[in-house]
Amino acid sequence: MAQIKNRLTPFFENITFDREDNEMILNFGPQHPSAHGQLRLILHLQQEEIVKAHPDIGYLHRGMEKMAENMIYNEFMPTTDRMDYIASSSNNYGFALAVEKLIGLEVPRRAKVIRMMLLEINRLMSHLFWLATTALDIGAMTIFLFAFREREYLMDILEGYCGARLTHAAIRIGGVPLDIQDSFITQLRVFLDKLPQNIKDYEDLLDSNRIWLMRMEEVGVISKEMALSWGCTGPMLRASGVKWDIRKEEPYELYDEVEFNVPWSDKGDNFARYRMYMEEMRESAKILYQTITMYQKCVKDGQTELMAHSPKYISAPKLDIMTQNYSLMQHFVLVTQGMRPPVGEVYIPTESPKGELGFYINSQGGPYPYRLKLRTPSFWHTGILTDLLPGHYIPDVVSIIGTTNIVFGEVDR
Amino acid sequence: MRVYKPKDNVQKKAYYSDRFFISPQVPKFDVESDEVFAKDLEAIKAKFEVKEAYIQVEQMVVFINPEDNFKVLELLKNDLEYTQLSEMSAIDWLADKQGFEIFYQMLSMNKRKRLRIKMFIKNGEAVNSVEKLFRSADWSEREMFDMFGIEANNHPFMKRILMPYDWKGHPLLKTYPLEGDEFAAWYEVDKIFGKEARDIIGPELRDTAKVDRYDSDRFVRLGHEVPKGTTITGNEPKVEQNYQEEDGVFLVKKLNKKDSVIVTDPQR
Repeated sequence: MAQIKNRLTPFFENITFDREDNEMILNFGPQHPSAHGQLRLILHLQQEEIVKAHPDIGYLHRGMEKMAENMIYNEFMPTTDRMDYIASSSNNYGFALAVEKLIGLEVPRRAKVIRMMLLEINRLMSHLFWLATTALDIGAMTIFLFAFREREYLMDILEGYCGARLTHAAIRIGGVPLDIQDSFITQLRVFLDKLPQNIKDYEDLLDSNRIWLMRMEEVGVISKEMALSWGCTGPMLRASGVKWDIRKEEPYELYDEVEFNVPWSDKGDNFARYRMYMEEMRESAKILYQTITMYQKCVKDGQTELMAHSPKYISAPKLDIMTQNYSLMQHFVLVTQGMRPPVGEVYIPTESPKGELGFYINSQGGPYPYRLKLRTPSFWHTGILTDLLPGHYIPDVVSIIGTTNIVFGEVDR
Repeated sequence: MRVYKPKDNVQKKAYYSDRFFISPQVPKFDVESDEVFAKDLEAIKAKFEVKEAYIQVEQMVVFINPEDNFKVLELLKNDLEYTQLSEMSAIDWLADKQGFEIFYQMLSMNKRKRLRIKMFIKNGEAVNSVEKLFRSADWSEREMFDMFGIEANNHPFMKRILMPYDWKGHPLLKTYPLEGDEFAAWYEVDKIFGKEARDIIGPELRDTAKVDRYDSDRFVRLGHEVPKGTTITGNEPKVEQNYQEEDGVFLVKKLNKKDSVIVTDPQR
């Protein structure tokens, strides 16, 4: 039956309070275009100067940790895509590695090489995206178009590999589901050969640009102590004078076999962070060239395995499932009930484009994790705004948020 | 004997488990097997009670008393070069042990080592905040409070961080429901009009942001609303913004917008 509506009009009183001081409270976000997602900043202003900042988060909270406790391990993989959706394979990888360490699996070499390719492509994508959006926030429209054009090439390559552009789910626990397509290496080579010129183009436009320098240099200086205390990682930490890259210091995958440098700076300002991202793109390209060689060596040596062999935890290859009864049974159990990792706990950090992405898993031997904690770098890179913003002016807020490179899928989880 | 299963645990459960299945363990190693960790553990043991310590997946795990947490972390930070608190949170063990396990994930960049400090607190107990040592704990402890309801003493701003401020319940508890209340749409209707009026009133519109897409007549005609189906002439009279019906709602006076005043004294 139709609803009988009674008209409700809002109840309000015009209330104003006289304040003693000149402090104004400005509500920045949650729908501000340069808040890079759903960040609400409550800023206390003295004229144009910020005296107190209170970041308010949670607008994108989906309860991923709770979801993880109610999913079998493989089921959670696509959910990790939605954390840092700018570089989703790095989330997939972090989770896969944590579960592999929990089980004690060794991944075949060819899968490792493909994973490294995916990770570095994701890093490039993330840094290009960062450059595009931050430059746009500061007013450099050309850079935005340039960087998005390059990112599009990479997204096309990845689309060819896994069929998705943003939410890849391209990595499985125990390896990778597919070998790279035939055109992958050729396309990647074309991209990588062009990349140095592209990066030089960006730098030519930005490095001596007066506006860019004024918005970047000596703005948002994070001291070394502050960065360490706030749990900053990745480019944020390296720009503040700590040479710490997990790929180098605690190598996972085959990062100990490739040659690359870890750029760092002791300036700690926006410009230092900008330089970090640019240099890291060059280093990623260096790593990608080496992974291509490593991949071709794998092909030559006839290493075709893409998934680890471990019948208790990992399904057999499709051919076996279709032809052998026992593999089919195992696959059925693993799909319907899920794998049951041993009792124990791990905390596995990886170097995602934004910083240290850690997965803490507490398993009680069941098919669902007893507790899964996602340690995401952006969470603390948002928290640091509390201490970083006071003393700055309103226009600096935009450039500081830009260089922290926060993604809200990761902050709120 | 049948295995005890907590009744109020609403988490998803494995629908089938082999009764003779014994889960393997992730191997634990003696702390003595690693020189750096052995030294660190000795330094902790010299001042504090250590309940258990082992190495699992290349990281040392140390169980301490909950009242020592600030001092142990202070020792780790100042003397043992563990300069970063990567992560901290809690694990809900309410059903089995009536408490929470809290872990602090520490990183030493000079030693290239990670260790985990763990402690157990009873339900309802608070922990000492380590925010003075590591600023990152400011947000972690707020998140822990939000998700588990564990409060941190001496924390500067112990408020929810991810959930709205007025939220009831703590989502990461095992007893927290996985689904919403499907009857919630009827609660207000039943209370105000009675159950028998359900057919007439219909369920409450719970989505406040919902816009009826076919209601193009009255949408954005604030202050000039007309009943549905009326032809719009453009000369609709202004609707008085009077609050509801006469003596309808308890404690709420009828508001006449014309008579509203600007309050200058906040104390009134």
